[in-house]
Amino acid sequence: MNIHEYQAKELFAQFGVAVPKGVAVKSAAEFEGALTKIDTTGGIMVKSQIHAGGRGKGTFTDGFKGGVKFSPTKEKALENAKAMLGNTLVTAQTGEVGRKVQTIYFTEAANLGKRPDGRDDEYYLAILLDRATSCPVIVASTEGGMEIEHVAHHTPEKIFKVHVDPAVGLQAFQARQIAFSLGFSGDLFKQCVTLVTKLYQFYWDKDCAMVEVNPLLVTKEGKLLALDAKVSFDDNALFRHPDVVALRDLNEEDAKEIEASKFGLSYIALDGNIACLVNGAGLAMSTMDIIQHFGGSPANFLDVGGGATKDQVTAAFKIILGDANVKGILVNIFGGIMDCNVIATGIIEAVKETGLKLPLVVRLEGNNVEAGKATLAASGLTIVSGDSMADAAQKIVKLVNNK
Amino acid sequence: MSILVKEDTRILVQGITGDFGARHARLSLDYGSQVVAGVTPGKGGQVFEHAGKKVPIFNTVAEAAKQTGATVSAIFVPPPFAADAILECFDADLDLAVAITEGIPVRDMVRAKRAMAGRRTRLIGPNCPGLVTPGRGDKSSGGCRIGIAPGYIHKRGNVGVVSRSGTLTYEAVWQLTCRGKGQSTCVGIGGDPVNGTSHLDVIKLFNDDPEPEAIIMIGEIGGNAEVEAARWIKAHCKKPVAGFIAGATAPAGRRMGHAGAVIGGAEDTAAAKIKIFEECGISVAATPSDMADALLRIWKG
Repeated sequence: MNIHEYQAKELFAQFGVAVPKGVAVKSAAEFEGALTKIDTTGGIMVKSQIHAGGRGKGTFTDGFKGGVKFSPTKEKALENAKAMLGNTLVTAQTGEVGRKVQTIYFTEAANLGKRPDGRDDEYYLAILLDRATSCPVIVASTEGGMEIEHVAHHTPEKIFKVHVDPAVGLQAFQARQIAFSLGFSGDLFKQCVTLVTKLYQFYWDKDCAMVEVNPLLVTKEGKLLALDAKVSFDDNALFRHPDVVALRDLNEEDAKEIEASKFGLSYIALDGNIACLVNGAGLAMSTMDIIQHFGGSPANFLDVGGGATKDQVTAAFKIILGDANVKGILVNIFGGIMDCNVIATGIIEAVKETGLKLPLVVRLEGNNVEAGKATLAASGLTIVSGDSMADAAQKIVKLVNNK
Repeated sequence: MSILVKEDTRILVQGITGDFGARHARLSLDYGSQVVAGVTPGKGGQVFEHAGKKVPIFNTVAEAAKQTGATVSAIFVPPPFAADAILECFDADLDLAVAITEGIPVRDMVRAKRAMAGRRTRLIGPNCPGLVTPGRGDKSSGGCRIGIAPGYIHKRGNVGVVSRSGTLTYEAVWQLTCRGKGQSTCVGIGGDPVNGTSHLDVIKLFNDDPEPEAIIMIGEIGGNAEVEAARWIKAHCKKPVAGFIAGATAPAGRRMGHAGAVIGGAEDTAAAKIKIFEECGISVAATPSDMADALLRIWKG
């Protein structure tokens, strides 16, 4: 689960991680009031709140440039905020459709900028799971404020990693290693050790999937601040964090994915025109692959999980049919334990209930498969049977491409 | 021989009184597997009955193992309590804990995996279909079925199968069985980012076991476990290996930040993994329908 920057910073503050002071609002009527709550003498950062990165370099669909703007005055901040709120921001991570901005975050911009000694003042810090070692890893770099992939590719020596032993947690010497690796000394060194320690505590206590601060910034006055914050949580652990669940913003999620989750379906929309309905994530992924292999284009990933009940198949068909690009459907079920005849009956009922008119290819395999195929054949519906995944994929591709 | 479990391996089921655990305990008994104990805290002394068989239920794993000689646990405990169930197996010094449960918090698994270091218990899973050593009876009955795989699709023979995905494993097994090629052991290692046993761990076991003559390895995008196994196969494996990687069309980067790319490196896409498989002499299946045939192109059985 993802949250907004302003929510992440509120959590950071609760854990003692230093952030710039800010106020988030959802309507233009609240703008002026919000600006009275922060110190605006050094200018204001006006930040669009969407669940995607690349906001600063993004462009709104009406042509307004920049989802994050430095505003030297209150008047300019109001102007920028009005241009952003309700507008749709397209960034490198949103796709062409972009995301509608429904919250504006004003933060104090005083004292930002180069340090008096002229040294680069932006750093990078992230905490996430390292799958190779099954341990949390802290990633730090002196090259903040830019894309970390770029740094990793061109100057990998500027990325430092510290693995945390989950049996004992983050140790003081490890926090010092990070602070030394970033070149800090004196008071900034102490601030960095504190910030890393508290950020790790937040990551661990709240079951985060990832915490990323880019940039971590040193102000003109020598304060270390998390200027941006990206936080995502482990969905499996949400049951023990009701406070985190309360931060969920359904506006940022795909309506069809939310609907699918109500029926125990895992659905992700893609750009193609052949929808698929499969049991099991691995089989679902490889069903998409085989559609493409035979010259088609998958419209979605859809995993019905271990079973495939009539209600689930009906709900899945409705979700699939909500995508206007879909020109055909491939159902691929390996009914290992489940009775294929029961699945076949469910498919027929779902076709009738949804009034499905599109080409439908069904590949059933497993327990009682002959009875299932006979049921489909006797239904009087134009359901094409596939004998193997390859056969089924070729049939649906042919049916869709020849239309 | 087989790896990890044999036909006579004695199995205990943690969560045998839940719907999911009970259902699959019954299917394992029907298959002829030696389910000898159940564990549900607070229900010790009760009996799980199925088709004339009586399986005693115990309060703790240690007690169940001591009383029945069970050496392997199948874990069907709900996610909030599953890591605790895994740790209880380590404490009881079982040979093997197979965690079927889907949805265990990553943090719990990070701790459990750390606690596994230095213990004698091997963990398979979580979020996995379990493992099957097929029997020699009708439709492979009489084998050892731990988890949720359909037993009847198997056939005893000389191919070892290892996979992250459940239904994709069944697909490969069924393709082999339909072509008359049996399996020595089929292991589903699970799809979670933190799991107990890797592709490489299982490949090494297959390599050392005289029964399998050939191996099918099924992987997915993400992580570097398949790449690690492929490189080891090139250097050390004595047996022909066929492979498949799912996820060539999966949408990239549905995450907010980018730090995963730094950690995962450039080798976790399907295209990169397939290229490395080919370089390592693995016969790559172009589609999931081609998994058994990809093996039969390099191994005549």
